[in-house]
Amino acid sequence: MSARRTKSILSRGWQIVVLPFWSTSALWAVGPDDTPSHGTNIFAPASTPAKSIADLSVFVLVITGIIFVVVFALLFYSVVKFRERVIDAGREPAQVYGSTQIEFAWTIIPTLIVVVLFLATARVIHALQDAPEPAGAVEVTAIGHQYWWEFRYPKLGIVTANELHIPVSNPSHPTPTFLQLLSADTDHSFWVPELAGKTDLIPNHPNRMWVDPQRTGVFLGQCAQYCGTQHAKMLLRISVDRPEDFASWVRAQERPGVENAGAIPGRRVFERNACMNCHAVGGTPADGRFGPDLTHLMSRTTIAAGAAENTRDNLRLWIQNPSAIKPGSLMPAMKLSDADLDAVVSYMETLH
Amino acid sequence: MSSNVITVSVGQTDAKPWVDELHQWLATVDHKRLGILYIVSALMFLVIGGVEALIIRIQLMHSHNNFVSPEVFNRMFTMHGTTMIFFVAMPVLFGFANYLVPLMIGARDMAFPRLNAFSFWLSFLGALLLYFSFLGGSGLYGAGNAPDVGWWSYAPLGARAFSPGHSSDYWTLSLLVSGFGSIGTAINIIATILCLRCPGMKLNRMPLFAWLNLVMAGMVLIAITPLSAAQIMLLIDRYLGGHFFDTQAGGSAVLWMHFFWIFGHPEVYVLIIPCFAFMSEIIPVFSRKPIFGYPVMVAATVSIAFVSMSVWAHHMFTIGMNSYANSFFTLTTMAVGVPTGIKIFNWIGTMWGGRIQFKTPMLFSIGFLFQFLIAGLTGIMMAASPFDWQLSLSYFVVAHFHYVIVGGILFALFAAFYYWYPKMTGRMLSESFGKWHFWLFLTGFHLTFDVMHVPGILGMPRRIYTYEAGRGWDTLNFIISIGAFIQAVAILVFVANLIISYFKGVPADNDPWDAWTLEWSIPSPPPAYNFATIPTVASRRPLWDHKHPEDPDSRYE
Repeated sequence: MSARRTKSILSRGWQIVVLPFWSTSALWAVGPDDTPSHGTNIFAPASTPAKSIADLSVFVLVITGIIFVVVFALLFYSVVKFRERVIDAGREPAQVYGSTQIEFAWTIIPTLIVVVLFLATARVIHALQDAPEPAGAVEVTAIGHQYWWEFRYPKLGIVTANELHIPVSNPSHPTPTFLQLLSADTDHSFWVPELAGKTDLIPNHPNRMWVDPQRTGVFLGQCAQYCGTQHAKMLLRISVDRPEDFASWVRAQERPGVENAGAIPGRRVFERNACMNCHAVGGTPADGRFGPDLTHLMSRTTIAAGAAENTRDNLRLWIQNPSAIKPGSLMPAMKLSDADLDAVVSYMETLH
Repeated sequence: MSSNVITVSVGQTDAKPWVDELHQWLATVDHKRLGILYIVSALMFLVIGGVEALIIRIQLMHSHNNFVSPEVFNRMFTMHGTTMIFFVAMPVLFGFANYLVPLMIGARDMAFPRLNAFSFWLSFLGALLLYFSFLGGSGLYGAGNAPDVGWWSYAPLGARAFSPGHSSDYWTLSLLVSGFGSIGTAINIIATILCLRCPGMKLNRMPLFAWLNLVMAGMVLIAITPLSAAQIMLLIDRYLGGHFFDTQAGGSAVLWMHFFWIFGHPEVYVLIIPCFAFMSEIIPVFSRKPIFGYPVMVAATVSIAFVSMSVWAHHMFTIGMNSYANSFFTLTTMAVGVPTGIKIFNWIGTMWGGRIQFKTPMLFSIGFLFQFLIAGLTGIMMAASPFDWQLSLSYFVVAHFHYVIVGGILFALFAAFYYWYPKMTGRMLSESFGKWHFWLFLTGFHLTFDVMHVPGILGMPRRIYTYEAGRGWDTLNFIISIGAFIQAVAILVFVANLIISYFKGVPADNDPWDAWTLEWSIPSPPPAYNFATIPTVASRRPLWDHKHPEDPDSRYE
């Protein structure tokens, strides 16, 4: 009983500490369309790793808060109480050189606090890092590239970019997602604050992380490790789908991309220019891997790693002059004629 | 006490041509002049690094701002970080150590005056090399540019595949050259303190200032060496076909991180321990009491030095170390909090029961205590590695280390400037300017760096030149930028105070603060030879003994 009571006091303490952040997160709870859009607040966790971290954080915040109040009170008291007064003029105070007992006390007490904090932390480290992968887990390989994300589902044979789809996880029947993190070039870091802490993507150093989101909707994040010129616009979107939505997304991704024969002029432009050196379109000769896979481009809501909405105008601008959207991006300006540009954009629009 | 003055024949005493004066400054081997050279060059770079910070803050005032391009923004934060750490914080602290250590231990100069001059000019040359990159960064290709790889230049971003041209080579050479300078200075400080103490000044009678600088110098020797080694390895990678950090040829990015942070974390203590030294001199004098717990202060410093050598990988909690490594570095990092806490308690213990005088140096010292307390507590938060998985690489960590470096180190430095300026120049700094400087800087500091914790909690990563609207970051960033400008105004007040007081300040006598260490026993500014006769001390506070012969410290120690 008393343990439960302590817990409720702690969680109330948390509410007070994070109240300013909660009020803003409420604004984000429902986005403009019907899919709820979530923010990037570390105190609005929607997945076990983020939740364990937030709970530990509250514990640490409460302890450091108590230390702050005590030490600040001592400092404030001594500044006010022992300020020089007019009547003191010229008289020196008692010269005190120290006290072994007091020194001993303020060595032992902080040491005990450190032990408590360490044990609480080590428990969370072990629980999160050494969690075994259950049989029903979804596996994803995330590969960081200079300024975009490649996502591969090795068991499902799906390749996509920048917008990760994963199923919601029911606590009674968990379907967590385990990510293997790789890098194709420089260091990156995968950070979606409401799902988990960040983990770096480092070349020659595969990493692992996992999430088990318990709410549906789009979760935002971005690259957190400085990776070059456009580090700022290497944005991340994770769509957490209901199981049936995820299954139908998977089926759609497994279909070949090119179905509409009417778009052939644009396809020819795509394959006769440099586009296919970097981009892949499933079912066609285009199999470049330097840039994002475009097989199901139109299933994504954004382009350029979240830098722009996926609209016809933005696609056209992106192909013609990427610097207008993302200066420093490795996508070259294609310098196509207007007719070719329209044709290739129309081709892109068939890639559902 | 040796307050008598030797008359030294210095040739003609009438006005010299400025060339002679300049020559004396450039060719000097006097520790006081070299100290002032360090300090003045650091102040110059403080202003330059501050302008870079303002450019960063203008760009981030609102989302999707176009004040500078991403390339320029990335150069600005790289140059700001490198400048502030290597060419402001370290030189200015070396400057104070150079100036004050011989005076406090009753010596006539540093142990190796020529090495001292050599070290200064190496450091200064390093700074010039870094800034030359603006002109010559791309070498033969024409347009210059500064390095844009971040101040820790993580591999493989620093490899030639990702940083072509020569801009990051200037960064590498600059740190290498100034690193040699730092090592020279550290050797010099250690030799001076161990060999040149005046008669009677046993190790346990040294002012804490000397003790803490001794520890700092020892840490420099250990910390700068791996940095220099890593820079040489990086040059081998870039120009001699090595593959230490070249991941495309099987090199290790993580190896670079270890090299960098095994320098980088002790470096934080290299910077903060001299500031502890300032506090340990200034707080007692303005509280009118001796330092509380002198032996414990020394022991705490030495233990900070030892433990801080084993905490470096807390900068790397996000790189995917295993759970044992993460737990180990969590424990060591939290453990540093114990001796650091002891120090804060001892400073409060010094003030307890004293008669605190709120002169400008003391105001900045109290600011230091308050801010360092908060910086330490946010440090404990990030030591809890899971919490760090959220906070690391975000604006929270930027706020945390600026709390250490600006709220801690810079506040302590301002206290030191106001305290020792009279000794260095023979003039007092203006107290009214000083109060303006303090309150303006305090306001700007808290506006900027208190608020800066919040966007980190709301998911804003560091080193982004722009950000999306609608994440709750706009207003916060605007407030942060306003605070930055208030700090800039405060710095202008400070610089004005330094310049105006140099010409028009109230003349200072030997001992304007009624202090207790040896530097206050000789004229302000001190003569070239410092002490006409080498003093003999019998306690930790020789001037207290001199002023209170009826109740000397030597009776109790």
